[in-house]
Amino acid sequence: MKKFWAWGALAIGLLYFILPLMGMTNFSLKMRRGVYSLDAYAVVLGDPRFQETFTYSVVMALFTILFGVLLVVPTAYWVRLKLPALRPYIEFVTLLPLVIPAIVIVFGYIRLYNTSSWLPLTGSITGTNILLMFGYATLALPYMYRAVDTGLRSIDIATLTEAAQSLGAGWTTILFRIILPNVLVAVLSGAFLTFAIVIGEFTMAALLNRPAFGPYMQLLGANRAYEPAALAVIAFAITWGCLGLIQLVSRFQKGTQSPV
Amino acid sequence: MSFLTLSSIQKSFGPVQVVKDFNMSIEKGEFVSFLGPSGCGKTTVLRMIAGFETPSGGAIAIDGKSQMNLRPNQRNIGMVFQAYALFPNMNVAENVAFGLKVAGRPKAEIDARVKEMLGLIKLDHLADRYPYQMSGGQQQRVALARALAPKPQVLLLDEPLSALDAKIRVSLREEIRMIQQQLGITTVFVTHDQEEALSISDRIVVMNAGKADQIGTPAEIYNRPATRFVAGFVGTLNLIEAKVVDPAANRVSIGDQGVTLREPLGTVKAGDMVSLALRPEAGSIAPDAKGDTALSGAVVSTNFLGSVIRTRMKVGDSIISFDMFNSPGLVPPAVGETVTLRFTAGDLLVISD
Ligand SMILES: Nc1ncnc2c1ncn2[C@@H]1O[C@H](COP(=O)(O)OP(=O)(O)O)[C@@H](O)[C@H]1O
Ligand SMILES: [Mg+2]
Repeated sequence: MKKFWAWGALAIGLLYFILPLMGMTNFSLKMRRGVYSLDAYAVVLGDPRFQETFTYSVVMALFTILFGVLLVVPTAYWVRLKLPALRPYIEFVTLLPLVIPAIVIVFGYIRLYNTSSWLPLTGSITGTNILLMFGYATLALPYMYRAVDTGLRSIDIATLTEAAQSLGAGWTTILFRIILPNVLVAVLSGAFLTFAIVIGEFTMAALLNRPAFGPYMQLLGANRAYEPAALAVIAFAITWGCLGLIQLVSRFQKGTQSPV
Repeated sequence: MSFLTLSSIQKSFGPVQVVKDFNMSIEKGEFVSFLGPSGCGKTTVLRMIAGFETPSGGAIAIDGKSQMNLRPNQRNIGMVFQAYALFPNMNVAENVAFGLKVAGRPKAEIDARVKEMLGLIKLDHLADRYPYQMSGGQQQRVALARALAPKPQVLLLDEPLSALDAKIRVSLREEIRMIQQQLGITTVFVTHDQEEALSISDRIVVMNAGKADQIGTPAEIYNRPATRFVAGFVGTLNLIEAKVVDPAANRVSIGDQGVTLREPLGTVKAGDMVSLALRPEAGSIAPDAKGDTALSGAVVSTNFLGSVIRTRMKVGDSIISFDMFNSPGLVPPAVGETVTLRFTAGDLLVISD
């Protein structure tokens, strides 16, 4: 009886997630009347604005990942090594983006960095891009920090640091030759999550008026019928691809697990 | 002129003084062990030499050069940790090469040195292995090679054998000693295992609650413990409480049996209590011995330890244990039986405290 309920719950859950997905996929294939076709996909992929916005978001995602790694790895490392008492507070701060809506953050940015402020980042395209990257990094922070912190827990960073120091290494060498390589799997999972977040993000990009993939999806959805469905399926595929890559790198990690 | 000098080193963590006025001069090429129970401050002293802790007072110098204002990575010191601490992302050769790479040595020199080091620890065939693919003993040998590769002035080892099984512990300590002598490197070895310290050191520092109780060669430490603590910690020395009978004649009584010591008793008067030490291997059973250099008592227990049989007997308020070499014909005394132990007057040492 227990088993029946368990299977029942699973079935309902699957229906809840899969039915809309199937419906959407089905719909996206019906652009040509009466037959299944990939016309909607062809239209979407052939749209120069799709190519532009998608490229923009991919580049932004890469910069966000780079910035996030350079921010989070040294911070998490230093906190674990020298300020372990501060860990709960740091963890709390990194979780804040989950409870503060993106729209609040972006309005804060616009107020602080508008053209008449002391640092008018929104006054130039590069400045706005940088601001958007900071915003993305903030949104990704909870995931990135957790991933890296968990990765650091699996190695004895205090002893490894001292071993490296006694061999003459300075902080940069320790970070890039010892710490980063040993949490690479964790960093990669954080990176793929960041990628998925940036590709789908709408609020910040829209309000900062940057040509990102999220606002493009919204625009297309408001004006077309079949293409948005195709686009949604593509976005889904990207996200799931990222999750699959996380699984893959965790499975193929080598040498990072010491038995001690 | 000694090579590594620690002068009046002190260290406090908050209100707790962990190292108190620690003095030590180590000669070039010498192998010195810090021996003491857990928590007595051995690691803290070692970490101050390496630069990981800053002394609250005192001075550290290597080859006449003060180390006080040098960061750990500016000191020329090799360190081996109990937990091996090999870099998990690097294979054996890369681990050994790390210090040389950091120092910016040319590639040809690094390759040659790595090869030499792997030959020294006899692990040439495992150069491509990663740490997680090796046993503890192999990892610790790699850690030793990694520490030695940049030719440090001083090698520090913090209980490097504690995590290994008994057999490997013995063979690796001999290997460490051999490599140390071969290279002539000044070495400080921390351990809580007295047998380990006795077997491989030139000199031993017995540490007790943050200070050095006694510094001496293994034989001096074992045969002539300076304090009750050293006597109790090193070896399985018997500590016997005795009452002074005649200070001028060096006569004391243990329980109701009188003995005469060879050593002067010092400034005591009749009726005072003194502590004596007797090594378990010093005496032998002699049924008809009597007088000044024999003690009789009832057997409390006998333990078969392989090459020796250890018997404990009660004399007065003290328990005295003594060892007999095992031989096929030997019948150990039964519990409750009265036996007489004969020794020479010089075997009974006076512990000053
Ligand atoms: N960083 C530290 N902070 C506070 N107390 C410490 C610290 N390091 C060591 N101690 C204390 O100092 C004493 C000596 O420690 P340690 O040098 O590690 O002893 P040993 O190596 O002889 O076992 C212990 O009581 C330990 O708790
Ligand atoms: Mg210790």
